[in-house]
Amino acid sequence: MKRQNLMKTSLVAVGLLLGTLNVQAASQTLDKIKSTSTVTMGVRESSIPMSYTTGDSRFDGYHVEICRMILADIKDKLGVNTLRINYQPVTSQNRVPLVQNGTVDIECGTTTNNTARAKDVGFANTLYVEEVRIAVKANSGITSISQLAGKKVATTTGTTSVQLLRKHEKANGVNFEEVYGKDHADSFLLLESGRADAFVMDGSILAGNIANSKNPKDYKIVGEVLSTEPIAIMVRKDDPEFKVAVNDAIAKIVKNGNMPKLWNKWFLSPIPPKNIVVGLELSPATKNAWANLNDKPAEDYNKK
Amino acid sequence: MALDLNIFCKSTLDGEEVDHCFSSLLGLGQNADPSYLDWLMKAWGWTLAVAGLGLAIALVLGAVMGTLRTLPDNGPMSRFLVRFSTAWVELFRNIPILVQVFLWYHVIPSFILPLKALPSYWLVSIALGFFTSARMAEQVRAGIQSLPSGQRAAATALGLTTAQSYRYVILPMALRIIIPPLTSESMNLIKNSSVAFAVSVPELTLFAMQAQEETSHGVEIYLAVTLLYALSAFAVNRVMNLIEKKTRIPGFIGASSDAGLAH
Repeated sequence: MKRQNLMKTSLVAVGLLLGTLNVQAASQTLDKIKSTSTVTMGVRESSIPMSYTTGDSRFDGYHVEICRMILADIKDKLGVNTLRINYQPVTSQNRVPLVQNGTVDIECGTTTNNTARAKDVGFANTLYVEEVRIAVKANSGITSISQLAGKKVATTTGTTSVQLLRKHEKANGVNFEEVYGKDHADSFLLLESGRADAFVMDGSILAGNIANSKNPKDYKIVGEVLSTEPIAIMVRKDDPEFKVAVNDAIAKIVKNGNMPKLWNKWFLSPIPPKNIVVGLELSPATKNAWANLNDKPAEDYNKK
Repeated sequence: MALDLNIFCKSTLDGEEVDHCFSSLLGLGQNADPSYLDWLMKAWGWTLAVAGLGLAIALVLGAVMGTLRTLPDNGPMSRFLVRFSTAWVELFRNIPILVQVFLWYHVIPSFILPLKALPSYWLVSIALGFFTSARMAEQVRAGIQSLPSGQRAAATALGLTTAQSYRYVILPMALRIIIPPLTSESMNLIKNSSVAFAVSVPELTLFAMQAQEETSHGVEIYLAVTLLYALSAFAVNRVMNLIEKKTRIPGFIGASSDAGLAH
């Protein structure tokens, strides 16, 4: 026990040190944007339709377009003539460190806002609420998670869904045979090849993978919502002024009635580069997030 | 950078600290919920299982294929065996290990259906074993060909058959010579077993990727995993060193330079 206390004291000491170092200019990010006329946006390579590449190191998606609108608003506010946006691809593993160390000014991907991450980074108000669902083969007859006991369930390494399945097993006394894909495409391949009976993942990712598959009609998304998670734009924690500027821009975008249009464009219409339709209907949870803008973490959503 | 090692005592379900952090390791008490330490140990077990199985396959096949490559030319059968083992070596050492793992997991079972029933760690062990066997075969061949040709001639002169001359004269010498390169090859196999994460074997690398995401304490998690990999590889090194010392023949190998000190 003594050792633990020592560890805690040393952590506190380091925290204090960092705290004193952080008292600096009002908003480093806004200053940087103003003086250099450039900003670095963190994007994902293949999170269709939230944030993905359309080839030739161009990036697009629901969150990317919203971020471009936010940055345009900030540009006007700062009175900068032109603003160059550098796109920096990030992964699940490096996105938080890259925002922390300032490589990325604003991350527009698929990051879940939870309390663990909120200790390291700041989150803008939520504009997309993800629901974790189950994808199965259409002819499998599976309609609920209760039918998955003892079956093979695929999910992707490095995602919150792995822990979610573990919790569900414990709470309901059931046992899944988990198989782990190294990325979402790999997990979907496990379902496609019959190595897994179901694929548990964020609804938008399931819909995107199904839309991209050879025969989208062979798969369907079924069952109850296993977990609800706010997906938010990530900014630095030690720059509250920048976060306020981002949230102001978000409020403006919502007030102008842009959100339903953006949803239609990215989730219900053909999107580049392959003109697939994701086909994910607007959920009440997301609609609610637009109506009551907030930055509540995932923990607040799953309280029952 | 302060390390928060308490992370390993936290439950993998709710992130709260568990009752028995270290005692669960020693079997003194059972946690109601597994901690990250429990999971780490389980993952280490998977790494060792996959690597151990792969090593067994690699040693057997490597010794056989390496020997076959040096067969003297006395008839169509031996010519076929030489060609077969050469093809084996070239096939398995010319394809990257990750690609081989995917081939064994995704492609080959769709042609050979019984393989679908095999658990994924078997398929990875086969892939690792075959890949490493090709490299070990070359070392076995090098060991055999490094022997003076008089050895083989003397064995023949004594009236030994080809099989007997390999069994009693050539292999006992050759296999002793190649213990040092075999050591590094075996240590490589432990490290290469990290590719198993790609086909859903819950081993150390998969643990690292998942646990660092759940705990956001990547530094501690990766340090622990690094330590266990290094420890496993070093254990192999020590065991091989022991074998090297035990099997040494005074006056032949390692007489001039003490291999035990060379590390």
